[in-house]
Amino acid sequence: MAENIISFRGVAKSFGDKAVYEELNLDVRKGETLTIIGGSGVGKSVCLKMLIGLMTFDQGSIHAFGEDLSRMDNRALLKLRSRIAMLFQGAALFDSMSVEENIKYPLIEHNWGTPGEMDKRVSQVLEMVDMPGIQKLKPAELSGGMKKRVGLARSIAIEPEVILYDEPTTGLDPVNVRRINGLILSLQERLGVTSIVVTHDMDTVFTITDRLALVHERRIAFVGTPAEAKSHDLRYLREFIKGGKGVLEEDI
Amino acid sequence: MNSTWKEFFNAVGEITFLTRASIRELFKGPFEWKLIIQQLELGGFDSWSVTVLAAGFTGMVLSLQFAIGLEPFGASLYTGKLVAVGIVRELGPVLTALLVGGRVGSGYTAEIGSMNVTEQVDAIRALGADPVRKLVMPRVFAITLALPLLTMLADLVGCAGGAFITMHEVNVTWRFVFEQMRESIWIVDLLHGLGKSVFFGYLIAIIGCWNGLRTLGGTEGVGLATTQTVVYISVSIFISDFALTRLFLAIYG
Repeated sequence: MAENIISFRGVAKSFGDKAVYEELNLDVRKGETLTIIGGSGVGKSVCLKMLIGLMTFDQGSIHAFGEDLSRMDNRALLKLRSRIAMLFQGAALFDSMSVEENIKYPLIEHNWGTPGEMDKRVSQVLEMVDMPGIQKLKPAELSGGMKKRVGLARSIAIEPEVILYDEPTTGLDPVNVRRINGLILSLQERLGVTSIVVTHDMDTVFTITDRLALVHERRIAFVGTPAEAKSHDLRYLREFIKGGKGVLEEDI
Repeated sequence: MNSTWKEFFNAVGEITFLTRASIRELFKGPFEWKLIIQQLELGGFDSWSVTVLAAGFTGMVLSLQFAIGLEPFGASLYTGKLVAVGIVRELGPVLTALLVGGRVGSGYTAEIGSMNVTEQVDAIRALGADPVRKLVMPRVFAITLALPLLTMLADLVGCAGGAFITMHEVNVTWRFVFEQMRESIWIVDLLHGLGKSVFFGYLIAIIGCWNGLRTLGGTEGVGLATTQTVVYISVSIFISDFALTRLFLAIYG
């Protein structure tokens, strides 16, 4: 079995009076694609944001690459963010900058190389997401699907080991959904990255997942392969999968 | 303690922390020339037209009022003197701050607030940078620097406008008003006004940025926060103007 590179242990998180997690336990293995599913507003994205230090947690511990997140200073956090990248839900491209400047942003912050090398890297990652030659466009000129792909290009620019996807296919048309799913898969194959994908799109889940985790009642209620999920006796999980048009054992 | 006060002290605390972080970022690492110059241009230089307009007309209307108001006392000859002192000590800095506050401060909240609700602020952090360094510090530094300069422009234009109307209303020569104004404005008056405007500039930028960074609730939230910022900035300018004026008068009369 591949080694665990990320682990959540007994993590609790609340916003004011509202508890999002009471006891979150989850391991992520090197090289796998783990999807996190669950109803809207149960805090799936919170999971990702805690992992790269965008949100703090109240109790428990999160380890990434063997290091304790709560003990990290700014420098360690910066290093962590060069190893773990995140694709935000709305892509979160900087409106005031061109595509090229957007992708160069992390390269500059992490002192990636000379300007020439950066230019080369920009065209490289744009080709990886099948959008070569759009360096000079502004985010406002791109469609939703294109924004996601540029966002993805920006995330992979610094060659992260782990990519976090926050609802990568939400709000996209079926063609773009398939395209993004294909990209997630091909990045994993080509670059060997570990992916954590938050989604409630069941097509995505069954296309790309090695293992899936269900967030339910402020904890991870299930972790396992899609096949295990289909035959699991937790009713909520089966309903969730069925509701999303996934195929259940009994349907076959 | 009731919740309004709690909120108030909370805000003061947050702004204090944001100020400290901005100062730290200003002196840490390579100086962010590009971002600061960009903000100087957008917030500072581009505000010159509203400043000139407001100051010019204020100077003119002030001398109209004084010329007529002083006449019963046979003191209309002093119009230029009063206009100059009023503009340089009080109206120049305060009016400029209110205008720039409305124009620039609310703009900061709208811009940073939109970035916040679309996760762009999170993205800055996720990509390895610091939002205080990239967004807050350049704006605070730029406007703290730009507002005294704009105030000087306002003083100049306000006095010129005042002088122009005084010449016609009181029937004195251009040279007379000019000399009168020059004699009545002391260097302390100038420093008094500019000192206040440094502080106003800081207030405008920090409140604008702070309220942007705490904006929640999508586009509706951005709209609300922007309106709020204008109120917060205006109120804090009025109150601190009184406090600072009292302080400066206590120091050198």
